[in-house]
Amino acid sequence: MLAQIIFLVITLAAIVLFTINLRKIIRNIRLGKSADRNDQPQKRLMTMLRVAFGQSKMVVRPIPAFLHFFVYIGFVIINIEVVEIMIDGVFGTHRIFHGLGGLYDFLIASFEILAFTVWVACVIFLIRRNVMKLKRFSGVEMTSWPKSDANYILITEILLMSAFLMMNAADLKLQLLGSSHYTTAGAFPISQYLVNLLPSSENALVAIERGCWWFHIIGILAFLNYLPYSKHFHILFAFPNTYFSNLEPKGEFTNMASVTNEVKAMLDPSFVPAEAEAGKFGAKDATDLSWVNLMNAYTCTECGRCTSVCPANITGKLLSPRKIMMDTRDRITEIGKNIDQKGAEHQDEKSLLDDYITREEIWACTSCNACVEACPVNIDPLQIIMELRRFAVMEESQAPASINAMLGNIENNQAPWKYSPADRFNWAQED
Amino acid sequence: MEFKVPTMAELMAAGEEPEILFWVGCAGSYDERAQKITRDICKILHHVGIKYAVLGTEESCTGDPAKRAGNEFLFQMQAMTNIEVLNAYNIKKIVTGCPHCFNTIKNEYPGLGGSYDVIHHTQLIQDLINEGKLKAEGGESFKGKKITFHDPCYLGRGNGVYEAPRKALEVLDAQLVEMKRCKSNGLCCGAGGAQMFKEPEKGKKDINVERIEEALETNPQFIAAGCPFCMTMLSDGIKLKDKEQEIKVLDIAEITARANGL
Repeated sequence: MLAQIIFLVITLAAIVLFTINLRKIIRNIRLGKSADRNDQPQKRLMTMLRVAFGQSKMVVRPIPAFLHFFVYIGFVIINIEVVEIMIDGVFGTHRIFHGLGGLYDFLIASFEILAFTVWVACVIFLIRRNVMKLKRFSGVEMTSWPKSDANYILITEILLMSAFLMMNAADLKLQLLGSSHYTTAGAFPISQYLVNLLPSSENALVAIERGCWWFHIIGILAFLNYLPYSKHFHILFAFPNTYFSNLEPKGEFTNMASVTNEVKAMLDPSFVPAEAEAGKFGAKDATDLSWVNLMNAYTCTECGRCTSVCPANITGKLLSPRKIMMDTRDRITEIGKNIDQKGAEHQDEKSLLDDYITREEIWACTSCNACVEACPVNIDPLQIIMELRRFAVMEESQAPASINAMLGNIENNQAPWKYSPADRFNWAQED
Repeated sequence: MEFKVPTMAELMAAGEEPEILFWVGCAGSYDERAQKITRDICKILHHVGIKYAVLGTEESCTGDPAKRAGNEFLFQMQAMTNIEVLNAYNIKKIVTGCPHCFNTIKNEYPGLGGSYDVIHHTQLIQDLINEGKLKAEGGESFKGKKITFHDPCYLGRGNGVYEAPRKALEVLDAQLVEMKRCKSNGLCCGAGGAQMFKEPEKGKKDINVERIEEALETNPQFIAAGCPFCMTMLSDGIKLKDKEQEIKVLDIAEITARANGL
């Protein structure tokens, strides 16, 4: 009975704490500007099913896709087992679903196989990061925290799977010993090989089985509460992020409605704008970005596929699309913290542009969309870069001199070069 | 040129309307290398007998480089002025010689009041091949020649057009060799996002050098392009590598014109 109460208290506390942190993140995302991403619900749903659920953009890199698939499918399927653990925990039962018989055996066997593949995949992932030191996992933005974050996630998953398998092994040995509480149930294709490693005393086995059971479930609840602080948040946000992702051609950049009003008024003095939306052009800080940009930032799992295909980054420029996303997340989180601690009015004299992302980075972008194409969860770093450029050019007139010259040429000669408009058709005179 | 390139103003004066407007673009109008591509597109249009016209001196920058550089004001000024001209001429269909113009007019003009059926010149060539109006005969033979195609970002990733330029090469019976990074994974030439008009930020290498090295790995006789900016970047790369004699950088329109003896 005491165990049940402890279990309930821990579970409820974990859920409450997670809800509080999740709401903070959603609040932070809502600090962003509005953007309409509610059109074409059917197409959005299909995109989410294909890209997030179906992992369609992962296949470009087959090895990590293969390994990630096992971890992903393991995560989804093994959660069915968590349902049983929850019910057992609350009611003090043991393997409540064992009445399913053959189906139960099949389920437990598949959980075991999946747990084992997750275990193996995570070990390989650790080796790729720490021993092979793949280039994709390094870069200026990959400081000690992002690297530790990745390792904590992988080690936690390995420990959780180990506990799950060890728990089953102890359970199986207790079943074989005919222990009263441990009814014969389940099939154990993996943990059967661990049985011989365990002691033969019934008390010790019960201690191991219970220890692993508690470790497994508390571990899951602790991991749930680690998510809001971690890049691993993608396991949840990949779904809404793909649902609300851009459905238009990647080459199309949004037309700023506020500018349209002003331009129309300039070209036609009789034009009366429908509604005047005041505010600055482009983005200086994270709150000037749209909520979609901010959701993108919380969804990023720092895999670095974007940076590894970025032509600027490949050729040694400072720009890294992954850094753009990480900076945006860090900045909006900082703004959120300021609101919580110092009130909504507090200004910290910092901004996303300059304090996090430098001018050198935004001007190195070729707008080629390689980063957008590469992202397995449809994050768009390019849009953030463009918003920062818009601020630099339209609010501050701070563009590289050659860019200003090009803009001047368009204004004066209707071409980015200094040629006379009268000569535009001269090409037809030659052969 | 052996024929006169018709302008919209002339057609309108004669009370006629073209089937398609050829939007030349700034590079195609002023850049000497790109002018050749422009003339070849006209030769193709003339050859197949499509009724077309250009805007001539009435054409103006689409505003694309201004928009990518962050100057939305200038972009929309350009866009609305152009849309006024295009709508005044009752334009329905446009073919562009540049993927940047193509993307901007196709995707960003409709929201500002300019909706047209816009295609890139490689798509026009593909259509003409499919309709049997354009073959690869009467000119230079590209049979068995090794050609690699560099995907322009605003044609490929930007708008999902990967097959049209390849179709134009397939019909030549040439040997199409793909670079390691091609189609949706293609590497930018380094000119997009208004980079064409500025010095690159400091780094280890120029992007066009990285790209040309990859192109050279395929051991090509020709590097095919579909964008005047890519043309500049790739040609510069080839010059830098001192391979101008062995490897020619040509636009799909130029290759098509050559194959048909135009």
